Amino acid sequence: MATEATTVKVSAKRKQRTKLQETWRRLRKNRWAMGGLSLIIFLALVAIFANQIAPYGYNEQDYLRILQGPSRENLLGTDNLGRDVLSRIIHGSRLSLSIGFITTGIGLTVGGFLGALAAFYGGRVDNLIMRFMDVILAIPGFIFAIALVTALGPSLTNLMIAVGINTIPYFARIIRSSVMSTKENEFVEAARVIGSSDLWIIFKHLIPNSLAPILVQATLRIGDTIIIASGLSFLGLGAQPPLPEWGALLSAGRGYLRVAWWMATFPGIAIMITVLAFNLLGDGLRDALDPRLKN
Amino acid sequence: MLKYIAKRLISMVPVLVGVTFIVFAIMHFTPGDPATLLLGEEAPPAEVERMRERMGLNDPFIVQYGNFLMGLFRLDLGISLTSGRPVYNEIMNRLPATIRLSAAAILVAIFIGVIAGIIASTRQYTVFDGGAMFIALLGVSMPNFWLGLMMILLFSVFWNNTFGYVLFPSSGFGTLRHLVMPAIVLGTAHAAFITRITRSSMLEVLRQDYIRTARSKGLNERVVIYIHALRNALMPVVTMAGLRFGVLLGGSVVTEQIFAIPGMGRLLVESVRSQNYTLVQGIILTYAIIFSLVNLAVDLLYAAIDPRIKVQYK
Repeated sequence: MATEATTVKVSAKRKQRTKLQETWRRLRKNRWAMGGLSLIIFLALVAIFANQIAPYGYNEQDYLRILQGPSRENLLGTDNLGRDVLSRIIHGSRLSLSIGFITTGIGLTVGGFLGALAAFYGGRVDNLIMRFMDVILAIPGFIFAIALVTALGPSLTNLMIAVGINTIPYFARIIRSSVMSTKENEFVEAARVIGSSDLWIIFKHLIPNSLAPILVQATLRIGDTIIIASGLSFLGLGAQPPLPEWGALLSAGRGYLRVAWWMATFPGIAIMITVLAFNLLGDGLRDALDPRLKN
Repeated sequence: MLKYIAKRLISMVPVLVGVTFIVFAIMHFTPGDPATLLLGEEAPPAEVERMRERMGLNDPFIVQYGNFLMGLFRLDLGISLTSGRPVYNEIMNRLPATIRLSAAAILVAIFIGVIAGIIASTRQYTVFDGGAMFIALLGVSMPNFWLGLMMILLFSVFWNNTFGYVLFPSSGFGTLRHLVMPAIVLGTAHAAFITRITRSSMLEVLRQDYIRTARSKGLNERVVIYIHALRNALMPVVTMAGLRFGVLLGGSVVTEQIFAIPGMGRLLVESVRSQNYTLVQGIILTYAIIFSLVNLAVDLLYAAIDPRIKVQYK
């Protein structure tokens, strides 16, 4: 009897390890994903302590050192106004990371809410919301963002709104399908029986139970939105000078490609490393959350 | 099969009508008066008012939208606010370059992506696999406009400085040599994406029983991979490549900008800068139509790849 009780206890204890802990355990084994995570933490620290790390201000001009190649004073060279490229990239990390997180946040909240509503109510609500999402998805994302920025006017805030709206359908779709499968569970039925409101059920029960696919999608989306946003800035439709957004830096460097290769080269590398970090983590998360998918 | 095509074409209509509505609404509520833009800032107010009336800008929103929709059936997208020429003609002038560029890019992407995917999947966990997957990961993480600038730097600037001639010209359009760099730049992210999907799809298929059967009856490994496995593995590849085509179209806007290609994307950016709303509206609609048609083509490709689907629609 006693041994039986212990085994029951042990198995109960093992089961108590939450899905999150289980995922974390698997994720930690994935060297690539941990590399991505470390990179993201590093980039976040750089962004937070930009003022302390950067050797110069992002708009600090030195007319005696214009278009100088990489040197000891300016590790990554200077631009056409004598500003230190490294410092501009460091300060720019704030903008690019915020863009990534904020735009994805917009997509996640609005898309998540719409997707959950569609799945929860089904029928006409579902039809209306999802057909609307289909329409948005029928316009190539980058081009839709250009249309929105045209209407809103080019600025950093509007850029974030435009790119954020762009990501709404992806989250709506994912959360819809995820909620569709969880809403049939008995705990939802139980919640309804004890008189929980629809919104309570959606936010308290359905969305938290759909977190896994959302997390993966959000991580991968951050990389995508950073690329889209920098592309818009590159076209002059996003961050305006003198803001050191990475796409804007590239755009400025384009004009001096033949005389100052460093101006366009290094901001691009910064974008690539950042997006790569999010992709590594996102891929790792996907594998960790659903080991069956891994080959 | 014809019935299927017709059905798919009809199902495109509501979505495209939705697109016209969204695009029209966005442009409608954009600040700036088209009549003033057309006539110039100095035009007398009375004349602007006459123009507004003629362009139907004083009608209620829904009437304007209705007129716009009706115009679409006659291929009338309004007139360009900067040149005064029909938007339809302006777009048609620029469309060929965009289509050539996108087609070249997708060919590059499929060619590189499928081959790299096959190599990675048939040599799983080797250096080839790891290398291909890492390059593919870099490829999806790289902004294509940066890749474009780097290629210009390498093949136009440095090459010229070292060897005294330009390997690939960095701007212009027309010859095949002009197309090489833009097609690679635009195709790279897509190629990387296709590589990843081809690999995982192939790995799945290679585990199937019929592959074991094919191998055990002594078939040449090449035949097994390229005929038995690849054909079955291609379905998800084609689906995802079609869905991602929108990303490629978006990328073409920037690519055209970098290589000075006279396509629709450059026209779009110019029109946005000059607040030429009618043209912006027409161009966005054209992109959406191209994207929808490509997805239709993808659906039809299924039937070509998978005879089981064809039978359903006989």
